[in-house]
Formats: sequence, C-alpha cells, structure tokens
Amino acid sequence: MGGLRAAEQLRAAGWEEEIVVVGDEIHPPYNRPPLSKDLLAAPGSREEALAAVQLRQRRTATDIQWRLGSAVVAADLAARTLTLGTREELAYDGLVIATGLRPRRVPVPGPTAGRHVIRRLEDTMALHGELKPKTRVVVIGAGFIGCEAAATAAGLGCQVTLIEGTGGPMERPLGHELSAGIRTFLQAHGIDCVAGKRVTEFLDVSGTHTEGAGRCAGVRLEDGTEVAADVVIEAVGSLPNVEWLAGNGLDLSDGVLCNEHLQVLGAEPVVAVGDVARYPDRRAGGPARRVEHWATPADTAKIAAPALVAALQGDVVPEPAVPLPSFWSDIFKTRIQGVGSPALADTIEVLEGDPSRPWEGTAVAYYRDGRLIGAVTAALPADRQLHYRKLVNESGIPAGANLAAV
Amino acid sequence: MKTIDVDRSLCDNHGQCAIAAPDVFRMNADGELEYEATFDDGLLDEVEEAIDVCPVQAIFLKD
Repeated sequence: MGGLRAAEQLRAAGWEEEIVVVGDEIHPPYNRPPLSKDLLAAPGSREEALAAVQLRQRRTATDIQWRLGSAVVAADLAARTLTLGTREELAYDGLVIATGLRPRRVPVPGPTAGRHVIRRLEDTMALHGELKPKTRVVVIGAGFIGCEAAATAAGLGCQVTLIEGTGGPMERPLGHELSAGIRTFLQAHGIDCVAGKRVTEFLDVSGTHTEGAGRCAGVRLEDGTEVAADVVIEAVGSLPNVEWLAGNGLDLSDGVLCNEHLQVLGAEPVVAVGDVARYPDRRAGGPARRVEHWATPADTAKIAAPALVAALQGDVVPEPAVPLPSFWSDIFKTRIQGVGSPALADTIEVLEGDPSRPWEGTAVAYYRDGRLIGAVTAALPADRQLHYRKLVNESGIPAGANLAAV
Repeated sequence: MKTIDVDRSLCDNHGQCAIAAPDVFRMNADGELEYEATFDDGLLDEVEEAIDVCPVQAIFLKD
C-alpha cells in the first residue's frame, strides 16, 4: 500500500514525469487487515481472496509503471541506482522507500514445518487450510495480529492456546487495564491465555521425522511446561525491510530515520513512506519512531510526496502535516478503536464503562506529561470514537515540540 | 455535482470517511453511516480521501 499511496500522492503533488513502483510481491497492492480476520476464516479460492482485498487506485494516478515480483536487493544512493534480484540496475532521480515490514520469527530452536506467520496473502491461504474444528493451535504473541488470529481460529472451532510472552493481550498499544479486560474476553471464548512465560523451544514429534525434516508438535515454555499443537502461529512483531539500504551511511537501527518531512537523513532526494519510516512524533513528543498502523502509508505519503516533488523541482518544501494516528482491531465481532499514541502514555483515565469488561463498552483516555495524547474505545459506536478523536486532535501539538529529527 | 455509492454489505461502520469528509459522511448515534449520495464538485478532494481511508473500500465514486 505504501508504494501505491506514494505514487498517487506524487501525482497529486504535481509530479508529471515517470513513476515506477517496484515491489517484491507478485500481487498488485492489496489490503492486509482481513488476512488475520475474514480472509483467514473464509478466503475462498486464491483468486477470490485477492479480489476481496485488492486495492483500487485513484483514477488520477495515471501512467504508473508497476514492477511486481521484483525485489530490490541493493541501493547506491550516491549514484542514485537500485539493484534488483535479477541484477538489473534501475537509475532514479528521486526515491521513495516503502518496503514495509516482514514478520519476526521466534528465535528458539526446533522444527520449522507447521509454523506460520501472517503477513502475505499466501500465509493466510496456507494457514486457513490447516484450521479445522478441534485443531490444536498455539499462537505465540498477543498483539493485534496474535489476538485476531487466535479469535479467528477459535471461531473456526480450533482449540487455541495464546502464549502472551511479555505483557498481556494488546498491552503495548492499549495499556494494562484494557489488556486485562481483553484477556478475560478471549478466555470467555475458550482461548487459553498463558501469561508471563516465553517459548524456549519448538517441540518435535520424536521418532517420527526424517533427519532435517520434522513437523512442529508444540512448544516448551520457560518453566518447562509443554503445550502440544497441530499448528503454531508466530505473531511476535515485525522487522523493517531495510537490509537493501546497507552501505549508504543511513541510520537503519529501526527502519529508516527521517525528519518530519519524511526525508531520509543522509541521502537526497530520498523519502520514506509507511511502516518502514521512522520519524518524529510531533504530537506526543519523544524520539523518532515507526508507527505500525494501517493508516500510516496514506498519512506519510501525503507528507513525503510533496517533500520529494519540491526537492526535485527546486521548490520550498511545504510545512508538513502532523498526522493523527488511528488504529482498530476486531475480535469476536467486537471493535476496538484507537486514536493518537496511547502506547506513550504515563497515565490513563476511564471515560466510560469498565476496561475490565470491554465487551460492554468502554472508553479510556491516555495522557503524557498532563496532556491528552490518545483515546481508545471498545464496543462503542463509531460516533463515540469520533468524539474522543476530536478531543485528542484539539489537544494539539505542544508548544516547544522538538522539530529536529532526533 | 458528483455521486457516490456505499456498498452497505462491505461498510463496517469504522467512521474514517466521516473524519475525511464530514460534509458528506457522518456516523449517527447508533454508530451507523449516513451519507449524501450527491455532493458539490468542490468536495471532491475530501471525498477521494474518504474513499482511500475506508478500511474496507466500501465507497465508490460513480459517473
């Protein structure tokens, strides 16, 4: 999606010359949220699944060249060239980095067969095929994707164990109070939530595999407990795809470091869009960070594209917008919606309902240094969320916000 | 004037359209979408934004 939104916003910013979008997946851009939800439950055929999630393109985004199934493996930003996996070199005048994320794997020993991640359409198709009634599923990781996958599997009749690892369900984005309520909600739907224990090893079915092969038969936890599984889903976060940029003197410690215009520090004219971009959060304050939300590609493209076009045309870079992040998660037909940066809060305030019973409707406000920086609602109609969004928006960008990149 | 259509079978009442184009889309007190099917050309930018930010691509520009 980052590449698509970047191309659309480049045209919207007045770029009339060549735009080439290079992507390693073979599919044209598609929407990922359904991959852990509706599409995982009932994808249909591969063609039907792709049709259900393929992204429509703005009619004004004309003359875009798409190089699909083409991974970029290296870049020489000084020479302004890219190298594809096929060894072909592409020269550019301006570059948008939008290579996104890949799933992190649980870094412990054991067999790999039978273990799944959820990032690409192929992942969802393969995983769906294995989720049958009574299938024993272990989900490792209790962020949005882990919880959604667990909920979808439970909805298909699987016997699900959720290994939370560090922190409770959705605790990092939602905080402790709502996390405890989400755990209760998952448990009420038959999901066994294991708190505070990390996976130390993947088990194999001893004696029934040939050397080097072998299907994962479960996990061992740090206290020695073993949990048997027919299917394991690893949902332990993501890594930004930046290896191809090595050797160019960029800060790649966590995505690509940019300024508030999404201009990449140490290279020009280069910008970054989407989950791979690390940039200052001028609303909540604090150091530059990546924002892994669905709206991020669109939000960042609207800032990065005008900045890139201005740089290429020798114009003044326009004052950048300050996005207001928003996110959602759907589990068991209950919607959680968030706005702002709740993960950065030092205090919360319950506005409505009871966060320990989120399915009955609750709203929570998040503060940092005494200022409202976020709000989350669960099981409330969208107009409540829009109301809280307005409050967060009006609490604005603080005076003295650090406008430097780091 | 331009026209839009919302596929109600896709609409999941996220409300992102109401943020992007409040002159055209709004969420009622039951949390459901209400919208103006025809709108002034001057609102086209906002409506295209709303089309983009709909998480389920339920909004279609017709003409």
